[in-house]
Amino acid sequence: MRTNKILVALFTLLICSSLAFAGTVSGKVTYTGTPAHQKPIDMGKEPSCAKQHATPIMTETVVTGDNNALDNVVVYVSSGAPDEGQVPTQAITYTQKGCQYIPHVLAMHVNQEFDIINDDQTSHNIHPLPKVNIEWNKSQPPGTPPIKEKYDKPEFIEVKCNIHPWMHGYFAVLKTSHYDVSKDGGDFKLPNLPPGKYTITAWHEKYGTQTADVTITGNETKDVNFTFKATPY
Amino acid sequence: MGMNPLATRFASADFGLRVLTMNSLKPMRFISAILFTAIPCTAILVLTFAAGFTARASAQDEPLVGPKPPVVVKPMVSHIGNITGHAADGKYDYRRYCAGCHGDYGDSNGENAVWLDPKPRDFTIATFKCRSTLTGTLPTDEDLFNTIGRGVTNSNMPIWNTFTKQERADLVAYIKIFSPRWEKEKAGTPITIPAEPPVTIESISHGQALFAKLECWKCHGTHGEGDGPSASTLTDSKDNPIRPYNFALGGNDSRFKCGSTNQDIYKIFMTGVDGTPMPSFADVIQPNDAWDLVHFLRTLQVHRHSKENEVLMAAHGVIPPYVDKNPPPAADTNKAPGGGQ
Repeated sequence: MRTNKILVALFTLLICSSLAFAGTVSGKVTYTGTPAHQKPIDMGKEPSCAKQHATPIMTETVVTGDNNALDNVVVYVSSGAPDEGQVPTQAITYTQKGCQYIPHVLAMHVNQEFDIINDDQTSHNIHPLPKVNIEWNKSQPPGTPPIKEKYDKPEFIEVKCNIHPWMHGYFAVLKTSHYDVSKDGGDFKLPNLPPGKYTITAWHEKYGTQTADVTITGNETKDVNFTFKATPY
Repeated sequence: MGMNPLATRFASADFGLRVLTMNSLKPMRFISAILFTAIPCTAILVLTFAAGFTARASAQDEPLVGPKPPVVVKPMVSHIGNITGHAADGKYDYRRYCAGCHGDYGDSNGENAVWLDPKPRDFTIATFKCRSTLTGTLPTDEDLFNTIGRGVTNSNMPIWNTFTKQERADLVAYIKIFSPRWEKEKAGTPITIPAEPPVTIESISHGQALFAKLECWKCHGTHGEGDGPSASTLTDSKDNPIRPYNFALGGNDSRFKCGSTNQDIYKIFMTGVDGTPMPSFADVIQPNDAWDLVHFLRTLQVHRHSKENEVLMAAHGVIPPYVDKNPPPAADTNKAPGGGQ
């Protein structure tokens, strides 16, 4: 009995301590140089989508903000992540609205189920182009139920709609749930990291990857910033 | 003197062309003409050979990458009815008849591949166009067997009916050695195709409504001529330009990439053509609706004799607008006369 109590106490202590010593890696993604010029998209061939945008939306290959901020960069723990193999159960969605993918980059855990939704009055075909995972291509007319899918290998997968060639996005299939996609001025945050050594990787669809090593020792916030070299072409 | 009037006219033209006739050729001129032609030609030939040798020499100077490793023939098998194909038995035929396009390593990099459009299948990724199974799954052995025997129309894949059934089964087994998917996954389950209902002008009309609703016309065009608004932008999964199928081309012998029967059309749009922009509609078309769409698609083959075109002719070539006999409750309840099942 006494041993049991001690064990329970120790276990509680362990949980509390691990919660207490949860570090955060946060920072900003920026660029140097001249980023690729983004062009307005002509949706004239799809009036039901064109009328959803008061002004034409821009291509999203390189999305920048003030002070050289770079958005849509997937920042994730590529080595040392404590949660590899723990597939989250919460649903994530990839929405087609106004002939645009929302979000432009959808990050997910390997084997995590995600819903693809068509919020438009037109048919889309969802055609991800994986090299490692298995390729499929499905039609989704308006008003049809969400398509449920998952990928079983880590990979950055380009997503296309062949009917609307300007529609372009990415799935980032990762071995961890410790990820964030830089937004609102290049900010990202990876919370709840127990003490340990980590490799943080930042991936951008045009400018490639960068890595940084970081050590979390306790309840702290480590600043890690990534700077990509932007090229116009 | 001695030159015919036409030649004289040419010879005196401003652009200075001299037209030589046999009469005007004096021996010295003849020799100098030959020399003038021969010297540059020889020079070009010598230069070409020299360049060739230099290229060859520099190729030899490149760091050695070594010979490519031999193809490991895994003990893959295929089952077609009561025939069992063995990869080892398909090796000779593959290397003799298939490797020229599909490549020794099945990676679609055969020596002819650069000249081909569309490109040969890449067996290393095991993505196949003609399947009876759902999109993203492996085809059945029969699917591959049928593709070899049928060939792929509008492509350079010939009809290989010169092979015996056993040889074709062996080839099906052989192409499985190129992708690890064949060891890890089972082939998909063929979709269930219900019996075909009779062709009526109503089924054609409903098919036309589906063609519009599912936006098939965005690529295939309103008359199925492959000229829809998105047609010019289409690329396959390897970024090579690709055209949507033109239903109107061809006569009685017109075929689809994956067959020529009504069942084949049903399979093509329900399972999709993997590796191309043609998606799968299995999740969005009900089986009987699918047959109506098949009936309409046949009428787009305007030069092909078919029972669908006969029914259409009997209706004076006019497809009536589709009237939903079982509209949803909130919708307009005007029923077509004689409707209901």
